[in-house]
Amino acid sequence: MLRRLFRHPTAAAAALLLLALLATALAADVIAPRNPLRIVGRPEIWPFADPRFPLGTDALGRDILAIIVHGARTAIGIGLVAALISTGIGVLVGAVAGYFGGWVDDLLMRFTEVLQTVPGLIVVLAVAAVLGPDIVTIVVTIGLVSWTSVARMVRGEFVSLREREFVLACRAAGMTDRRIILAEILPNALPPVIVYAAVLVSGAILFEAALAFLGLSDPTIASWGRLIGEGRQTLRTAWFISAIPGLAIVLTVLALNLLGDGLNDALNPRLRDR
Amino acid sequence: MLRLALRRAAQGVVTILAVIILSFLLVSLAPGDLVDVLAAEGQALNAEEMARLRSLYGLDVPAPLRLWHYVSAAARLDLGFSFRHGRPVAEVVLGRMPASLLLMAAALLVAASLGIAAGVFAARRVRSLWDGLVSATAVLFFATPSFWLGLMLMLVFSVQLGLTPIAGMMTIGGPPRGTLGQVLDVLRHLLLPAICLGLFYAAIYARVMRAAMLQVLQLDYIRTARAKGAGEGRIVWRHAFWNAVLPILTLLGIQLGHVFAGAVVVEAIFSWPGLGTLLVEAVEARNFPVVMGVLITSAAVVVLANLLVDLLYAVVDPRVRLR
Repeated sequence: MLRRLFRHPTAAAAALLLLALLATALAADVIAPRNPLRIVGRPEIWPFADPRFPLGTDALGRDILAIIVHGARTAIGIGLVAALISTGIGVLVGAVAGYFGGWVDDLLMRFTEVLQTVPGLIVVLAVAAVLGPDIVTIVVTIGLVSWTSVARMVRGEFVSLREREFVLACRAAGMTDRRIILAEILPNALPPVIVYAAVLVSGAILFEAALAFLGLSDPTIASWGRLIGEGRQTLRTAWFISAIPGLAIVLTVLALNLLGDGLNDALNPRLRDR
Repeated sequence: MLRLALRRAAQGVVTILAVIILSFLLVSLAPGDLVDVLAAEGQALNAEEMARLRSLYGLDVPAPLRLWHYVSAAARLDLGFSFRHGRPVAEVVLGRMPASLLLMAAALLVAASLGIAAGVFAARRVRSLWDGLVSATAVLFFATPSFWLGLMLMLVFSVQLGLTPIAGMMTIGGPPRGTLGQVLDVLRHLLLPAICLGLFYAAIYARVMRAAMLQVLQLDYIRTARAKGAGEGRIVWRHAFWNAVLPILTLLGIQLGHVFAGAVVVEAIFSWPGLGTLLVEAVEARNFPVVMGVLITSAAVVVLANLLVDLLYAVVDPRVRLR
C-alpha cells in the first residue's frame, strides 16, 4: 500500500513535508530552547534582517521562528489528540448503530444529526466561554464536535457488512456481538476512516487556529493562530508577523489533505481515474 | 410533498429543542451565575441583595424547573435578557441577523458561481494543463484558513492598493446620500468579506462539480444527445449541467452550519456587524444568555435552511418526491 501511495508524487511530497513537520515539533526544544513567548529582541525585526532571528520578531520582540517551531508542536498535538477522540467516538457510535439497527440506530443517528446541525466552531466558542480557554478543554471539545461524519461513515460500512456471509457464519458459530463487531467487521470498515482521519487532523488544527486567532484559545501556549491574530495590530507596518504563521498553517493543512487524497487513491484503486 | 415537508419540519423542531437543552446544560456547567458576575462588578453588594436578585431572575429554583422555564420561554422566542445591551437577547440577536445573512448569501453566491464555473471549465478540458491548474488552485484554497486569507486580502486591497474599505458595513460619518449610494456603499464593504468566506467553498464546489460533470458526461443520454448531433455547448449546458449541479445543492444544505461558523471568524476580521462579532463580544464578556442565544439561533437558521433545500430538491429532482 505504501508503494502505491508513493507512486503519487504529490502524496509523497506531502508525506515528506509532514515528516519534516513532525521532526520539527519533536525537536522544538532543541531548535528553540528558550520559552517561545519570551521577549528576546527589538520588536518588528524583518525576516532575514538579523541572523539571530531568521524569521524576525513580532510586535513585542519575540522570536517568530521559536513561536513557529513550538506552534508546530501545538498544532500537531491538538490535531492528533482531537482526531483520536473524534475517531473513537465516531467509530463507537457508528458501529453500534450500524450493527444493531432498529431503535438504537434511530436514536443514535437522530442525535448525530442534531449535533451536525449546530456549527462546531460556535459550540467550541461557547464551551471556551463557559469553562474557560484551557487547552485540554478546547482539544476535548473539538474532538466532541467533530465525530459525526465518522459515525455516519462507519454506520454505513456496518450496515452493508453485517448481512455478509462471513458475519452470518460468525453468528452461527456463536461468537458474541462484541467480538463480531471488534474483530470481524471493524477491520473491514476501517480503511475509509483512516483516510478521513487526515481530514480530521487538519480540521482540528484549523479549529484551534481560528479560536487562537480570535484570542479565545489558551494564551499560555505558542500557537500559529494566535500569532496571526496578534499580527493584525501591525498589519500596516509588519505584515510578515501574520503572513508567516499563516503560511505554516496552509502548508500543514495542504500536506494533510494531499496525504488523505493519496491514501484514498491507494486504498481504492478503482477510483484512481476519477 | 406536503407529508415530506411536515415530517422534515417536525424533525427540525425536535432538533432545535435538543439544541436548547444542550445549551442549557452547558451553561449550568459554568462556575457561578449571573448574580455572581454582578456581585464581582460591585452591582450587588450584600447577601440579601444577591438572594433578592436570584429570586428576581428565577435562579433560586431547581435546575429541571429552570430548564422548563427556559424551554417554554424559548418557545415564545424569549431567550432571556442581555444586561450588556439592556435589551432582550432575542432582540439583540435578531438585530444582528440581517448582516450575517447578507454576508453568508453573498459568500455562497461567490462560492457557487466561481466553483461551478471552474468545475465545468475543468471538466470540459479534463487532464489538460487548465484542468490541473483549476485543481491545484482549488486544493490550495481548500487548505487556506479564511481568517488568514481575509487578512492577506485586506493587506493587498485595502492597505496597499486602497481599493476597498478596511472594515465595517458602511462608511462611518459620511455614508453617501440616497438609497442607491448606500446600497453601493454596503456592497463595497461586502466585497472582501464575501470573497474571503466564499473562496473556501468555491474550492469544494469546483472539485465536486468537476467530478459530477465527468460522471454525467459518460451517461447514455449524453451519448444519445451527441448522436443526435447536438453541439458541445448545448450538451454541456442544457443536458449535463442540471444533473451535475444537484450534488452542489446537497452540499449547500449540509454545509450551512459550517458557513455560519466561518462567517463568525470572517465577521470578526472585518468588524462586520453580524452574529459572529456579537458572539465574540459575548464570549469575551462572558455574557452567557447572548452566547446561548446565538447558538440556538444558528441551529434554527441551519434547520430552516435545510428544510428549504430539501423542498427545493423535491422541486428540482422529481425522484425525491417518491421517497
